[in-house]
Amino acid sequence: MIRVQREDFDVGAELEKLSRGNPRIGGVASFIGLVRDMGGGDKIEALTLEHYPGMTERKLTEIEVEANRRWPLDASLIIHRYGRLEPGDRIVLVATASPHREAALAACHFLIDWLKTDAPFWKSEEAPKGERWVATRSEDDEATQKWKATKER
Amino acid sequence: MRLLYFAWLRAKIGTAEEEFDLPSEVNDVSSLLLWLKSRGPGYAEALKDLKTVRVAVNQDYVGPEHPIHDGDEVAIFPPVTGG
Repeated sequence: MIRVQREDFDVGAELEKLSRGNPRIGGVASFIGLVRDMGGGDKIEALTLEHYPGMTERKLTEIEVEANRRWPLDASLIIHRYGRLEPGDRIVLVATASPHREAALAACHFLIDWLKTDAPFWKSEEAPKGERWVATRSEDDEATQKWKATKER
Repeated sequence: MRLLYFAWLRAKIGTAEEEFDLPSEVNDVSSLLLWLKSRGPGYAEALKDLKTVRVAVNQDYVGPEHPIHDGDEVAIFPPVTGG
């Protein structure tokens, strides 16, 4: 399941819902992305996430379908927030559930790496010298390229 | 054709969205970007380094040779920074 929303989410409740009623599930893996208070060496007051409604949902769904194609998952969840967020706030939750840990952990890692380079979100930071757009990190592209290279599992 | 701009491309161009009839000289993504650049200083500034520009047609990422048809939704934006 995917959700794109302005409001916060309850990590415990979401993870509990993911495996509830399915005793086949032996493990749930999760990643929670938070707003950091530093960016480009500057103190950050807040950041605003803009996205492309429509394409965002479409890309997140595609990424989730691909994870389910690669690994035997019983459930998966991506929640991504948009709007103005402050340091410490949650931005994203990725969770995967599977009978065994390997698939859940690998699929969770795949989803967050892929999401960072494919989902149409943009961050702008409120720094001391004013507002500025966050630049892409080449490490993010490399992380996704690594998964693309292992496409045919 | 519906054009959407996001992030700093939206800020430089000065609008989030506009609608055009497809100009006769535009048939693919690269000819669209070339045509847009000629529309004013904001466009020229936003599109001066195409290495930092991504394009989606009907909500799928495409390359410079992808055809453009009247009625397409074309979005132009910088590399994404979510997650």
